[in-house]
Amino acid sequence: MKLITAIIQPDRLDAVREALIKHEVFRITVSRCAGRGRAEEIDLYRGAEVAPDLIPKVRIDIACNEDFVEPAIEAICTAARHGDSGTIGDGKIMVTNLEQIVRIRTGERGSEAI
Amino acid sequence: MKTGRLFAMGLLAAAALLGITDFAAAQEGETVFANDPDTGITAWMLTSTALVLLMVPGLALFYGGLVRTKNVLGTMMHSFAAMAIIGVLWAVVGYAMTFGDTIGGIIGWASDKFMLAGTDTAKMAMDTENGVTSWIPEPVFAMFQGKFAIITPALIAGAFAERVRFLGYCVFIALWSLLVYNPLAHIVWGGGFLTGEAIDFAGGTVIHISAGVSGLIAVLYLGARRGYPKVAMHPNNLVLTMLGAGLLWVGWFGFNAGSSVSSGMQTAQALMVTQIAAAAGALVWIIIEGIQHGKATSLGMASGILAGLVAITPAAGDVTPLGAILLGGAASIACYLAILLKNRLGYDDTLDVFGIHGMAGIIGALGLTFFLRSVPDHGVATQFWFQVKGVGVSIAFAVVVTIVLVILIDKTIGLRLPQDDEMAGMDHSLHGEHGYGLLNVG
Repeated sequence: MKLITAIIQPDRLDAVREALIKHEVFRITVSRCAGRGRAEEIDLYRGAEVAPDLIPKVRIDIACNEDFVEPAIEAICTAARHGDSGTIGDGKIMVTNLEQIVRIRTGERGSEAI
Repeated sequence: MKTGRLFAMGLLAAAALLGITDFAAAQEGETVFANDPDTGITAWMLTSTALVLLMVPGLALFYGGLVRTKNVLGTMMHSFAAMAIIGVLWAVVGYAMTFGDTIGGIIGWASDKFMLAGTDTAKMAMDTENGVTSWIPEPVFAMFQGKFAIITPALIAGAFAERVRFLGYCVFIALWSLLVYNPLAHIVWGGGFLTGEAIDFAGGTVIHISAGVSGLIAVLYLGARRGYPKVAMHPNNLVLTMLGAGLLWVGWFGFNAGSSVSSGMQTAQALMVTQIAAAAGALVWIIIEGIQHGKATSLGMASGILAGLVAITPAAGDVTPLGAILLGGAASIACYLAILLKNRLGYDDTLDVFGIHGMAGIIGALGLTFFLRSVPDHGVATQFWFQVKGVGVSIAFAVVVTIVLVILIDKTIGLRLPQDDEMAGMDHSLHGEHGYGLLNVG
């Protein structure tokens, strides 16, 4: 079991969800977050340009079995990229090992509980 | 609108232009003005003017709360842009085009109203008693009417919310105001060919039907938002929407009761039926929702208020309190059905400009015939025909000119927002701002 954590641009959320659903990844958790990678974003405040330290992003968490990891990565990468070659700030995908999953309602554990 | 007064005003303006002196005027038995303005009417018209302007930020809150988080500022800017653009345009040519001397019954013009130059010091005649005519300063009437010109294009913005370029929108409302609103207002109120026929007390046809139909047409051309109707698009803040609906209700007293351009019985009657129709609309809407879904919603309450207010707008000066209850209630039923139908048909009138303003405007403009306080001499049937004519002219005029404008602007400077900008949201892509600070953006 793996945990896929993707940080993407907020405007690509709809596209990423559609792509994931196409690859039969339905169960996801989405949260708004803010952070800083290489990208900078400029806001305007009474005519002055302001570059905030932290840029709004969307975080997607997907717990899945091994078979789904590559399709999910592929789907997110394609859908989250801006333009053909992508732009700075398109985001990251992190994949980590998942030790245990428990479904609270039934107490099931492991792959069954995903 | 009292057309007799407007006509007298036009005559006076013409007299002033030709340099006819008071002596000459007195000789012909012409107007002798009282020394001081009628302070009662002047005070109420000043108040009404401020109340109608309050409706524009009210509309900004109403619409702003209904869109997604990433579009809240862009949507509120649509209302505020109308204040800025039409605010200037009305002073330059709008008032002259609407309330100038009629040219073929279609459009007005008076050179002393250009830039409001002559209006600046003009007296507008009210009633004549013992040879002395009471008056109000014309600037207050010009500004009162200017507020109507501002709010009408701002209403349209709800139809194509969340997917238009800012520059394209600005050009669209400027041209729409010149080519649709000013002629229509002239035709119905300013001395055009429907003046004195169709009853449109405060703008059911001129404002709500024209805006509703134009919104519908623009939406059919521009297409739906990306993902509609598959993706859920939740209102970002219904608290703002409730506040906006409340402000609109308050402002509407100026809108309707101010349209009597008096301070007397009819003013009070207009205020009374406005209150009653709004309440009836709201009540009927939440009852329908209660029956259909078992829950009354805040958005339903706000929509019912709007439906009731729109329906009573053309009728405010002329119908009985019972008529107000029935018109307000009927409007809510019709609008509710219209929105159900929209969902079936699948076109994306985002904030239901046609579903509420267009539909309730039509219900009010036609329905008022049957609840008139005093039936006109030509009878109910003839009056109903006048009303049908008024509604028909508004729809035909708005449809034709809006189609041309939307296509023209979209093909040249662009009206539809490119898809990447639409996904990023108008606040970021068009204005470089965020409505709710950093963490809530999306």
